[in-house]
Amino acid sequence: MGQKIERDHQRFRKLVRGKVKSNLSKYISRGEMIGKKGKDLISIPLPQINIPQFRYGQKGSGGVGQGEGEPGQPLGPGQLEPGQGAGDQPGGHILEVDLTMEEMASILGEELALPRIEPRGKKNIVTRRDRYTGIRQTGPESLRHFKRTFKRALKRQISSGSYNPQDPIVIPIRVDKQYRSWKEVRQPQAVAVIIYMMDVSGSMTDEQKEIVRIEAFWIDTWIKAHYQGVETVYIIHDAAAQEVDEHTFYHTRESGGTKISSAYLLADKIITARYPPEDWNIYAFHFSDGDNWGEDIPHCLEVLQDKILPRVNLFGYGQVESPYGSGEFYEYIHEMLGQRNNVVCSRIPDREAILGSIKEFLGTGR
Amino acid sequence: MHTPYDTRLPPHLQDLKVQIEGYAREYGLDFYETIFEVVDAEDLNEIAAYGGFPTRYPHWSFGMAYEELKKSYDYGLSKIYEMVINNDPCYAYLMRSNNVVDQKLVMAHVYGHCDFFKNNAYFAHTCRKMMDKMANHGTRIRSYVEKFGEDQVEAFLDRCMSIDDLIDVHSTAIRRRPETSRFDFSSEADKNDPNQVLRFKSKDYMDEYINPRDVLKAEEDLRRKQAEQAARAFPEQPEKDVLLFLIENAPLKNWQRDILSIIRDEAYYFAPQGMTKILNEGWASYWHSTIMTQKALSPSELIDYADHHSGTMAMSRTRLNPYKLGIELLRDIEMRWNTGRFGPEYEECDDLEKKRTWDKQLGLGRQKLFEVRRIHNDITFIDTFLTPEFCVQHNLFTFAYQEQSGQYYIESRDFQKIKQRLLFSLTNFGKPWIYVIDGNYRNRGELLLKHQHSGVDLRLDQAADTLANIQFIWGRPVHLTTLVDGKPTTLSFDGTDHTIKTGGESDDTRSKTPAKTR
Repeated sequence: MGQKIERDHQRFRKLVRGKVKSNLSKYISRGEMIGKKGKDLISIPLPQINIPQFRYGQKGSGGVGQGEGEPGQPLGPGQLEPGQGAGDQPGGHILEVDLTMEEMASILGEELALPRIEPRGKKNIVTRRDRYTGIRQTGPESLRHFKRTFKRALKRQISSGSYNPQDPIVIPIRVDKQYRSWKEVRQPQAVAVIIYMMDVSGSMTDEQKEIVRIEAFWIDTWIKAHYQGVETVYIIHDAAAQEVDEHTFYHTRESGGTKISSAYLLADKIITARYPPEDWNIYAFHFSDGDNWGEDIPHCLEVLQDKILPRVNLFGYGQVESPYGSGEFYEYIHEMLGQRNNVVCSRIPDREAILGSIKEFLGTGR
Repeated sequence: MHTPYDTRLPPHLQDLKVQIEGYAREYGLDFYETIFEVVDAEDLNEIAAYGGFPTRYPHWSFGMAYEELKKSYDYGLSKIYEMVINNDPCYAYLMRSNNVVDQKLVMAHVYGHCDFFKNNAYFAHTCRKMMDKMANHGTRIRSYVEKFGEDQVEAFLDRCMSIDDLIDVHSTAIRRRPETSRFDFSSEADKNDPNQVLRFKSKDYMDEYINPRDVLKAEEDLRRKQAEQAARAFPEQPEKDVLLFLIENAPLKNWQRDILSIIRDEAYYFAPQGMTKILNEGWASYWHSTIMTQKALSPSELIDYADHHSGTMAMSRTRLNPYKLGIELLRDIEMRWNTGRFGPEYEECDDLEKKRTWDKQLGLGRQKLFEVRRIHNDITFIDTFLTPEFCVQHNLFTFAYQEQSGQYYIESRDFQKIKQRLLFSLTNFGKPWIYVIDGNYRNRGELLLKHQHSGVDLRLDQAADTLANIQFIWGRPVHLTTLVDGKPTTLSFDGTDHTIKTGGESDDTRSKTPAKTR
C-alpha cells in the first residue's frame, strides 16, 4: 500500500528544500532548533511552513497557568505560545518528553551527515586511569569477584564430594576467593578550545547576532560531543578587540569602525598565553558582516596566515549579510581556501541558511 | 468505510468493546454506533495528520503535520493514543501497539467523546456523514489538480487556508440576515417603487398647487438619496463570515469558488471541536476515569492506568491542560450539585466553616453534568462554573507578556483576572475578530475589513501577508483597519504594494464616501 501521506510529505519536503517554486519560501521556519529548556534540554529540529493568518501579537498577550509562584515572578523567555489555539485535532493524547544534549548532537550529525571530528594528534595532557582488567588471589573484600569465587568454590566442593544437590549450599574458603585487580592506564586526553570572534560594530543588527547565537550553539553542541573538556573564549571587536563573557558577547552593541586584525591579534595572544597548540585542539570562528577598514585587510591576512592558521584545527569565517556591510572581506578569506585546508568560510544571509552553514563549517571533520 | 488499512478488531479487543460499551450505556451515555479500527503507529500518524480523515484532499500541510507526528513518535517524544471522529457511525482509531489497559482507557474515553458529539448543542449542525463528504471534497480537489495543475491549485489552497479561520461560528444558530432565495428573480422595480413620491389627491386643475412640482422634485431626490445610501451598505451588516462574503461576491472561477466553499465547510465542521475542547476532553476524561475505576479496571492494571491517566492530566505552568481543567471543573460541579452548594442561599452564606461542610444531600450532581454537556461550550462553561474556590484549590494564575524583558511574568491570582484571561483566550478561538465592513469601499470596488480591537494588537507582518491573500481572491485593493499602540491604523494592499497609514480613516469612513451601488 503506497501511503497517501507520502505524496503530501514529499511535497512538503520539496517546498522546504526550495525544490519547488512557491510563495511559501518566506514562511519556512526552523525556529524549533534552539528551544533550550532548562538544563541541556532541547526540542528537535523541525522545519515548518506557517501560513500567515490574522493573529494577535505578543504585546498585551498572556494566559492562565497553574502552579506555585508569586505575582511578578518570570516564567521564562517569550517563546511559549499564548492561547490554546483552535485545536482541530479531535481527541488526540500527546505525551511529551525531552532530549538530552548528546542525543541532540547525534541527531544533528545524522541530519547533516557530518563526519566525526578526528582530534588532531594525541595531545600532551595525559590522564591516568585505573582500569579493572585482571584477577588476583588477594585483595580487599570489597573487590571480591563474586561469580569467579563462587565457581571455584563449587568446583572444589564437587571434586571433593562435599556438594549435595539436594541442599546446594556453597561455602567459599580462603583459597577460592578471587579479587579484581587494576592496571594503571595512561590515556591521552583530547581537549579543545573554541574561540568565537564577532564584529559588534554599528553595522551588525540584532537579527544578525541572533543568527550568530544559533550557529554558535550548534557548533558548541557538535564539538562538545567529541572532546571531554571544551572551553570557550568570546572576543568582540569593533576597532579594538576585547575578551568578554558569553552574555556580553551576544548583547553588546558598539558603534564605530571595524578593525578585524585587532580580534585576530587578541586571539593569537590568548592562544599563546593559555592554550598552547601542543596541548589543545583549537577552533576559531569569526562572524562579521564583511565590512573592514580598507587598510587593515593586508594586516588581517598576515596575522591569520602566520599566527593563527598554523596553530588551529579549524578556522571558520561566517559572514552574516547586513544591509550596511559591504561584505568584501569574504572574498579575501575565500582566496585562502586553496592554500590552506583548515579554513572554511560560509555566507549566512538569513536564518534559513544556518543549517547549510553549519554543514560547511563542520563538514570538514577536523 | 473502505480504508486501505487492515483494521479488524482482534477478538480480545472485540470483547473489551462489548464490555465497555455496556458500562457506558449503563451510565446513561448516548452515542451513535462506534466503530473501532486498529492501526499501526505509522498509519495512525497518517490519519491524525489528515485530521482523522484518511480520504482528505491532498495538501502539503498534512505532510508537514505528518512529519511532526512521525518525528516525535520516532524519537520517543510523544505518541497518539487515540482519535475519534465526529460522524455517524463514530470512528475511533486504536494504536495496535498499546497494551490492554491502554485500550480499555481509550475505549472508555472514546465513548465519552461519542456521547458528547451526539448530544452537545454546538455539534447539532455538524454533518454526520463527514467521512463521505471529506472523500467527496478530496475527489473534487483531485480533479481540479488534474485539470489545472498541482501548482495552481495548491497556491490557491494555500491562500484559502490563510483565511480559513475567518468564519462566524455562531451563524449556524443565529439567523444573521433575512433569507433570500437565489431563485427569486423579481426585480426591485416590480415591487412598490419606494422612490415614487406620495401625491395628494387633487383635481387636474388644482394639481399644480396641491402638489407643487419643485416640492415633488426635492422630495424625490431626497428619497433617492436615502435609498442609495441604504443600498450602498454592502454588506448590510458587518459580516464576520469573511469566507462566505468572498464566496458570494468575489470574482472567482468556478473551481476556485468550489475550493473556497470546501475549506469553509470543513472549517465549520471542525469549529465546534475547538469551541468545546475543555468541556469535551473533560467529559471524556471524566467518563474514562469513572468507567475504569468503578468497573473496567482489573487490580493488576492499576499502576499502569494511574500512570497514564496522570500523564494525560499533567499541567504545565504556561499552558492550561484542557483535559485537566475540564475534568476538575466537571468534578467540582458534580460535588457542588450533590451537596447543594449553589443558589442564593449558599452564595449569601457568610459563615466559612458552614460553607466548607455544606451538604444538603441533594445528589443532583450526575444529572447536572448531563445538562452541562448538552448546553454548554467552553466559554459558557467557564463563565458559569469557574469559582474563586476552584482557582485557589488548583493554584491558577494569570501571566502576561512584558515588552521590556521579552518575558512572561506571573501577573495575578485574582479570580476576576483569571476568568477574564481564560475567556479571552477562548473567545473566537483566541483569534482576532475580523469583519467585512464594505465591499465597495471608496466606491471603487475595494474591500474594507475591520479588526475589532479588544486589547491586543495584531501581528502586523502576518496581517499584511494575510491581507495579500485576500486581495488575490478579491481582485481589487483590500484594506484592514485596526489599532496599533492605540492609534487607528489602516493596512492596505493593492496587488503590488503594502501601505500602512496611521491615524487614518477609522470607523466612520462609510458615511464620508460618495454614495453609489457597486
